[in-house]
Amino acid sequence: MYVAVKGGERAIENAHRLLANARRGDQSVPEVTLDQISEQLGLAVDRVMSEGSLNDRELAALAIKQARGDLIEAIFLVRAFRATLPRFGTSEPVDTGAMRVQRRVSATFKDIPGGQILGPTFDYTHRLLDPTLGQGFVPEVPATAEASTAPTPRVTDILGRDGLIESSPQSEDGASVGDLTREPLNFPADRDLRLQNLARGDEGFLLAMGYSTQRGYGRNHPFVGEIRFGEVEVEFSAEDVGFAVPLGSIELTECQMVNQFKGSATEAPCFTRGYGLAFGQSERKTMSMALVDRALRARELGEEAVAPAQDEEFVMSHSDNVQATGFVEHLKLPHYVDFQSELGLLRKLRKEFAEANAPEAMKEAAE
Amino acid sequence: MKLSIIIDNFNSASSVDLVTQHNKQQAQRKAAMAVLAHAEAGEIAARLRTIALPGHQDLREPENGLVMLRGRVGGDGAPFNLGEATVSRAAVRLVSGEVGFGYTLGRDGEKARLIALCDALVQSSDFGEAVERDVIGPLRDQLMMRRNQAAAETAATKVDFYTMVRGEG
Repeated sequence: MYVAVKGGERAIENAHRLLANARRGDQSVPEVTLDQISEQLGLAVDRVMSEGSLNDRELAALAIKQARGDLIEAIFLVRAFRATLPRFGTSEPVDTGAMRVQRRVSATFKDIPGGQILGPTFDYTHRLLDPTLGQGFVPEVPATAEASTAPTPRVTDILGRDGLIESSPQSEDGASVGDLTREPLNFPADRDLRLQNLARGDEGFLLAMGYSTQRGYGRNHPFVGEIRFGEVEVEFSAEDVGFAVPLGSIELTECQMVNQFKGSATEAPCFTRGYGLAFGQSERKTMSMALVDRALRARELGEEAVAPAQDEEFVMSHSDNVQATGFVEHLKLPHYVDFQSELGLLRKLRKEFAEANAPEAMKEAAE
Repeated sequence: MKLSIIIDNFNSASSVDLVTQHNKQQAQRKAAMAVLAHAEAGEIAARLRTIALPGHQDLREPENGLVMLRGRVGGDGAPFNLGEATVSRAAVRLVSGEVGFGYTLGRDGEKARLIALCDALVQSSDFGEAVERDVIGPLRDQLMMRRNQAAAETAATKVDFYTMVRGEG
């Protein structure tokens, strides 16, 4: 038995060496640098930061390189890394209303103060493969125009002034904020925990869940009130300094989904909302998140929860791709002992079955 | 380690003046940090080389850690935890006693130390002006130039989907 284990160790070591070579690929091709990944595969980096739940472009780029472009593996690496650092504390909540917007669109209002800004987007491209990108492409210098200094308030804030849309739920100063990286998840979960879970949830899973609500499994008539992407400043109340210290800025995407209205005997009907927020430029992710956030409010809004996207235990327990891949992929690790006992049991059952179903004549002969 | 700001000239000013002075200095320090956090360590170091620096020592060696970033439900509601970011921090003390703090996103400990040094200099009556003129001012100008350029590029993509009337254009 011991010999087999030694052999296994050598095989594992050699497999990792082979992996390192496979990762590098043909060595006559230049090696990709972290800067190249960060600059030229920026949206992959954004996704790894969001779902890895760690804002650090360089680390995310390293993880993508190490994982050979397998983003879920990269997210796993980033999550493991974050466990190695102490936590200094929590930031002041970021103000997305003060974002330096690089993109901002509303599908519901044509004339929003500050205007509709397309920014760098795939929207309205023809989705035709561009062969020039394979041949040392140099883009044209970006066009410029006079920038407005007018503020760009959130669309939901404008609607909110007329009472047409529900206002955001508030909490008292100093009220505790749920953190699922610190406490195990219990159900029912409040919206802070749900949003934290969705923010780090798998984009593909949330996309499918959001899509299911559009197709009728928990329908709630969504419109994009606003999507904005840009830089926000981060401040951290450092105890030793005595005031909120600027840490620099991060890129965020925010999606405000405006949904079917709701009223009661005591409250005038108004639009309801779903919210999405993620690191980097992550529109599909934040839109899906906002759809699912709204669907998960079924209980709070007195809707009948009949669809998977309305079931918070189902959604929150299956949204995390690190947990999901861990449980699915562990199936390929050695299960010999488990399997041997199953095999023994199956053989016994088959023997009993054969005996019970043997032709009478044979039974008699046996007797 | 618990660090605090020391105000030791209680006799020389009325308490109201002190509070005003304290708030003014705090605003200055915060404004300086807001610029420095956006600069590269190399840029800050190069600017600092133009000043004859006073003696100083690390009060806290650069250290990397995490800060949990918070958003708000709907953008303006109750806070929730969005995800963490890497942060580096350090503290520096000048021989004249001023203690500076450096905090920045990322894992560049040297940058945190340089920010801390600048923060200490901002508080110094001997070096406050020089650090503003030779370090923070130029870095602020650079930052504003970058931001203005980005804003102009963004502005060129502003649209009005609905102004076209049928038959026009």
